[in-house]
Amino acid sequence: MSAGELAGLGIAEARRRLAAREISSAELTADCLAAVEAADALNAFILKTPETATEMAAAADARLARGDGGLLEGIPLAIKDLFCTNGIATTTASRILDGFTPPYESTVTEKLFAEGAVMVGKTNMDEFAMGSSSETSAWGPVINPWRATGDNSQRSPGGSSGGSASAVAAGLALGATGTDTGGSIRQPASLTGIVGCKPTYGRCSRWGVVAFSSSLDHPGPMARSVEDTALLLQAMSGHDPKDSTSADVPVPDFAAAIPGDLKGLKIGIPREYRVDGMPDAVETLWSTGADWLRAAGAEVVDISLPHTKYALPTYYIVAPAEASSNLARYDGVRYGLRVAQADVNDMYAATRRAGFGAEVRRRVLIGTYVLSAGYYDAYYLKAQQVRRLILRDFEEAFERVDAILTPTAPEAAFAIGAKSDDPIAMYLNDVFTVPGDLSGVPGISVPAGLSAEGLPLGLQVMARAFDEETMFRVAGRIEDAAGFDAKPAAWWRGES
Amino acid sequence: MSANGQDLIQGASGEWEVVIGLEVHAQVASASKLFSGADTSFGAPPNSQVSLVDAAMPGMLPVINRICVEQAVRTGLGLGAAINRVSIFDRKNYFYPDLPAGYQISQFKNPIVGEGEVEIELADGRTQTVGIERLHLEQDAGKSLHDQHPNLTYVDLNRAGVALMEIVSKPDMRSAEEAGAYLRKLRAILRYLGTCDGNMQEGSMRADVNVSVRRPGAELGTRTETKNLNSVRFVEQAIHYEARRQVDLIEGGGQVVQQTRLLDTERGITREMRSKEEAHDYRYFPDPDLLPLELEEEMIARIRSELPELPDAKRARYVAELGLSDYDAGVLVAEKETADFFETVAAGREAKTVANWVMGDFFGQLNRSGLDVADSPVSAAQLGGLLDLLDDGTISQRIAKQVFETMFQSGEDARTIVEREGLTQVSDSSEIEALIDTVIAENPDRVAEIRGGKDKLVGWFVGQVMKASQGKANPQLVNQLLRDKLLAG
Repeated sequence: MSAGELAGLGIAEARRRLAAREISSAELTADCLAAVEAADALNAFILKTPETATEMAAAADARLARGDGGLLEGIPLAIKDLFCTNGIATTTASRILDGFTPPYESTVTEKLFAEGAVMVGKTNMDEFAMGSSSETSAWGPVINPWRATGDNSQRSPGGSSGGSASAVAAGLALGATGTDTGGSIRQPASLTGIVGCKPTYGRCSRWGVVAFSSSLDHPGPMARSVEDTALLLQAMSGHDPKDSTSADVPVPDFAAAIPGDLKGLKIGIPREYRVDGMPDAVETLWSTGADWLRAAGAEVVDISLPHTKYALPTYYIVAPAEASSNLARYDGVRYGLRVAQADVNDMYAATRRAGFGAEVRRRVLIGTYVLSAGYYDAYYLKAQQVRRLILRDFEEAFERVDAILTPTAPEAAFAIGAKSDDPIAMYLNDVFTVPGDLSGVPGISVPAGLSAEGLPLGLQVMARAFDEETMFRVAGRIEDAAGFDAKPAAWWRGES
Repeated sequence: MSANGQDLIQGASGEWEVVIGLEVHAQVASASKLFSGADTSFGAPPNSQVSLVDAAMPGMLPVINRICVEQAVRTGLGLGAAINRVSIFDRKNYFYPDLPAGYQISQFKNPIVGEGEVEIELADGRTQTVGIERLHLEQDAGKSLHDQHPNLTYVDLNRAGVALMEIVSKPDMRSAEEAGAYLRKLRAILRYLGTCDGNMQEGSMRADVNVSVRRPGAELGTRTETKNLNSVRFVEQAIHYEARRQVDLIEGGGQVVQQTRLLDTERGITREMRSKEEAHDYRYFPDPDLLPLELEEEMIARIRSELPELPDAKRARYVAELGLSDYDAGVLVAEKETADFFETVAAGREAKTVANWVMGDFFGQLNRSGLDVADSPVSAAQLGGLLDLLDDGTISQRIAKQVFETMFQSGEDARTIVEREGLTQVSDSSEIEALIDTVIAENPDRVAEIRGGKDKLVGWFVGQVMKASQGKANPQLVNQLLRDKLLAG
């Protein structure tokens, strides 16, 4: 068995082999840890946790030996550094949380660990999840394992869950957690050739997930197959009384919903999801995707989501507004960074100037502005009204169709630094994912093909709120039809 | 005071009317905080009652405490106010070291309770209605301690997140007396309802006072807000000072500036804290961590059915059913503890006698000892026992007063004291006749005077006989027997 072979297994397959005692979690975890060690060039991790992983794997093996393993017993996962982990530093890729170690475990990671998952480390990301390229991290940018054909320049894995995406795509872990506020799970999944799912708002608890924008933050899973993603979501989901926005609804068996044809299902193709300058490959893949679904028995129809063009502007009012308030707690008083000054207001200013990066400061300023007296009605209130119209677009569409098919992102992975000086160009990368966050409906990105430069492209399936089962089934047919088995060349191995 | 019952201020240029509104912050009586399970008891060591939510740790989320919601609804119903079926929690954003999240969760546009009213009684017997504008739920902040270190401020988060009801009155009050009466009445209602302990020294109730002045009947003047007053006396002090200051300012050619002020309680003056220009922009917006609060009809109905009898209703009942005077009834219902004490003693006893004892000897002893009803060494049951001994003739009125004083010192039952000290009233006529005969024999001159027509001297003889009996003789019997012997013969 060669290095990285076990780490490259799917979760479903690894579960089968672990249950059959063909492999141990210790072996599987050791292989992942070795892969992580060999992948420093990707800068996918802020913190590696090999000791914790080894202990968790040993405990998992003990449970497997007793025959009482959980759903994810012994499966190594990478955890986005936005999830608070008990006794393990959590930075959200920001200097403002210097030295902060949570004395509590987020509900989602608690659930994953209760099902036996093993944590290999905390993944790098955009600072406070604010970004679409994982470049705004205080620990430097995450690198995409994928490179364009004949071009060795470094590509962004997208963001903000870029570290999780690169880790899963490069075979450093079998799956990962991410959070999606404007596309931060689906867009990096698309750019790294993996599956990423943003479940319905309220499906996964936000308790213990460092807040960026409370009404938009969606924890969710990332993995290398639709089935693996469904298994992870299964373990992450469920009502949490500690999160007032958590939904008290049953958690179905998501993986069980995947098989089967699409007879009787109607799939909508929204005409507003075409943007200027979208590469032909994306356009072509989208119509190919529609053909695959038709072939699987679905009826494909054109639909309209008329308020789509307002989604990004709406998002860039609501998200910064909430962020400006959510990030007020990082004041240097109780935890994290403090830049001491004689006067408390000076201390706030010095601490926050030193602790927050440029993109975070930009959004805090925008958010403060749109909530200010005299501007609230014109910006925040108007944005909330438009948000309701966007939700109504989806509700009306889902009266006609059962799922919606779109590209996940308007382009393939872009070069590191390509959009760093142009926030608007960066924000446009989320044009197809932001509406799902504003409306709360579930969405999944499935790798479906390669761009002209040989970089992965994903297709997105959205479904009705709390109908992840239909979403997974449609995603499963795209996965089958696409047969996406391309892998990035392991250029990063051995570098450190 | 003018004919229409309003207090006016005499300025150099004429009369001025004072317009007053109060914002009262009342701590909700609840074992845990508004959005966390942390304890709320007073006087715990600093930072010993702080949950992860209260400290605003990353990723922590608020969850509404149902008890606090019920208390707000109970208070709203007690104030005869509209209960809003849907209310919304907003964030009020500002930086302060004792505000861990950088925002306070409050209710801005959609409070849980709408308009209601409070009846107040004034010293001259007038009653008046003060309108309630709204009641909303919000979190308290922590406490900054500036006296623990020469150049550092310490923060105690025990209070951070404790539930407060902010009760906003309409600007319906026209004098410090009315504001004081309103605050006392509001406090009594909250205590009757059990929704706030009303302990102003511990900060369970604080008032912000809005004061403006105007020519009688004119448009409202510019107001100032004096914050954080924790006694009725301070509220009255702030109003007196502010009203006079504003009148003097305007009459001196100046203008009142809208600003927040603080009361210097030692000097009895108010000082500017911050002006409107320096006021925070709180950037209120609905808290996205909390869903709109929707109240179930059955919960409101249940709370309504469980409401206790409130002071106004109790007072009316004391007058109508117990035959007390309106004044006595008013005194007895002013504090819940007093009313409870009175009702326990009065159960199965003659209400007027009980009222006289409670308001007379009982209050007198409490006042002299500086004690509240709750701290009384004589329980309601013990006072009842004393009154029973009086009622069945075991002791006389005079002995009863003496026994009560002993009870108050020792906390013993009346019967114990009466038996130990042999204070049982003598109603044996032969025993009393023997005493009478002795006194008559010793005072032949006075006997002659009575027989000569000075009937009033009988009273002197009663006193002598009582004295000879050491107060234990039944005075009615002594009187009767003396008259028989002195006048009949």
